[in-house]
Amino acid sequence: MSTKTQHTPRSAVRGLPKCPTGIRGLDEITGGGLPRGRPTLVCGAAGCGKTLLAMQFLVRGAADYHEPGVFMAFEETADELAKNVASLGFDLPALIRRKQLCVDYVHVERSEIEETGEYDLEGLFIRLGHAIDSIGAKRVVLDTVESLFAALPNALILRAELRRLFRWLKDKGVTVIITAEQGNGTLTRHDLEEYVSDCVVRLDHRVTDLVSTRRLRIIKYRGSVHGTNEYPFLIDEAGLFVLPITSLDLQHPASTERISTGIAQLDTMLGGRGYFRGSTVLVSGTAGTGKSSLAAHFVDAACRRGERCLYFAFEESLHQITRNMRSIGLNLQPWLRKGRLHFYAARPTLGGLEQHLAAMGKMIDTFRPHVVVLDPITNFVSVGEVADVKSMLMRLVDALKRQQITTLFTSLTAADSALERTAVGISSLMDTWLSLSTIELNGERNRGLYIIKSRGMAHSNQIREFLITDHGIELLDVNLGPGGVLTGSARLAQATHDRGEAVVRQQEVERRRHDVERKHAALDAQIAVLRAEYEREADEVQDSVAELQQREQRTQLDRAEMTRQRKADKAPAVRPTPRVQAKRGHP
Amino acid sequence: MNMPKRRVSTSAPRSGRRSANSAERWELRLYVAGQTPRSLAAFANLKQICESHLAGKYHIDVIDLVKNPQLARGDQIVAIPTLVRRLPPPLSKIIGDLSNTERVLVGLQLRARR
Repeated sequence: MSTKTQHTPRSAVRGLPKCPTGIRGLDEITGGGLPRGRPTLVCGAAGCGKTLLAMQFLVRGAADYHEPGVFMAFEETADELAKNVASLGFDLPALIRRKQLCVDYVHVERSEIEETGEYDLEGLFIRLGHAIDSIGAKRVVLDTVESLFAALPNALILRAELRRLFRWLKDKGVTVIITAEQGNGTLTRHDLEEYVSDCVVRLDHRVTDLVSTRRLRIIKYRGSVHGTNEYPFLIDEAGLFVLPITSLDLQHPASTERISTGIAQLDTMLGGRGYFRGSTVLVSGTAGTGKSSLAAHFVDAACRRGERCLYFAFEESLHQITRNMRSIGLNLQPWLRKGRLHFYAARPTLGGLEQHLAAMGKMIDTFRPHVVVLDPITNFVSVGEVADVKSMLMRLVDALKRQQITTLFTSLTAADSALERTAVGISSLMDTWLSLSTIELNGERNRGLYIIKSRGMAHSNQIREFLITDHGIELLDVNLGPGGVLTGSARLAQATHDRGEAVVRQQEVERRRHDVERKHAALDAQIAVLRAEYEREADEVQDSVAELQQREQRTQLDRAEMTRQRKADKAPAVRPTPRVQAKRGHP
Repeated sequence: MNMPKRRVSTSAPRSGRRSANSAERWELRLYVAGQTPRSLAAFANLKQICESHLAGKYHIDVIDLVKNPQLARGDQIVAIPTLVRRLPPPLSKIIGDLSNTERVLVGLQLRARR
């Protein structure tokens, strides 16, 4: 039991000193405990846990706060009391031996008593005073003092004496719990609330629709702020546990740390890094869309990181889940063995909503998980009204967020309802909402996943098909065909078709490249021919020019010879003709 | 009037004269808390009743719970003053200052309840 937590009495600083009860939850809603040095009235119907609350107040006081206590029992003997609370781990005989507890059984048998003349209850005062002094008690319980009304005939004297008793206890400076039976239409049968006006706590045990729920409410707390709601509480093997789930403020921290969803592709869809730590994730979907598998992946990933996970299964047993997850390649067994994973499997109809809430709160309190899975929350609707379920989940979410626990809820969507409308309408409480759906196409059902929302991160808007394989969930790349997202065999067909087209396209490309190459070669060849022709022509031109020049020269030489032979005038000097320069250029 | 210290016995043997039920010894305890007027009245009333109805065969223990608070538990004392008839059985208790003699006698079962 982790009741060693020291509650800091917040309002003690401002004035009213408080006496921590050590009952988890109660100290939170009372802002530190019961009014120190004053009496508190705990009332309620028979069997609602008054005696237990009072006893726990003393036992925890002795064990955790070094405040011995006196239990004055009017209905049960010390032996009976010890036996009754032994199952809750309270060892009364040991406490009594160590002088941390004193149990005084006050029994007044009506039939043995004759009344004659005036009397007072000084005997009771003396007994109580003696018990308090003998162990230096700081806490006192009177359980159920009003049974004296049945034992003593003169109610007038009794009332006056009780008033004196409470005054006297106040003067002694002990913190007192007085238990009282609920009356018909009144808080207590004998109007004890008239005398005890500092703090009144009511316990309630209600049965609605065959389901019982215990609730606690602080009706009155003079001089102190307190939670005014009805809080569910639970009595189990560790005693009483109040669930103060309605947080008074919206001030839970928001982490920027991201944690993996357990599926790499899904991490990518969520901005590449997964969920925020301490956020709430809703996975909704119709039957058989793989909600639990998605949850199991998340759990597996968390355990791999060395975190503790608490899995609330409301549909399947532990063995069924581990077996099923093994079939998709997730072995949760090692995590269970290492104590990182803890299962709590129960039918929601087992108890009331509040009882579930209290049980869950308690488990979360003791196990201190990093990750919590509720699979599925829809089943609670079979227990309570939709509005009740919503309020319960709201309180749970608040409690989880305060502790920075990442929570994954699964929710079953009825096949004929809109995808966005989860049965309990809790989406506004959720930070991330994944929707799983079946996509019916070509006579097949295939699974699709998309992110409806994810607060505080950029996320994918795509519908991804996901497959549950023997090695886990796989998200496939989207295949957008002409008719939208293709899944299943349609996707395969499309893929085949795409592959065929790709081959054709490839061939076309090849062909065109060949064409080009061929054209290039032809062009090259043409160029070569042209060049050869040109060169030939150029050579010809040069040859003919040379011939012409030779011929001219010879003509001049011939003319000069002729002149010399005729012995004519001195012939003018031979002037060579300008030589034609043949230019060789490139084509 | 003074309260006796602790034990008052008026069962001094009276020269061989014993009533038929003399074997029946009356053990009475009167629980008080300090010498309050009420306690003193109760003791005086008791003494008187015993003398007139149980002369010679009664024995009264006066227990002051202020001095011996631990003794309150044994006889389940809540109201003060309380007279406990320990013997003869059955055990019975009478609370109050014993001012109503009739009711004390009924309570001590010396007279049938009407």
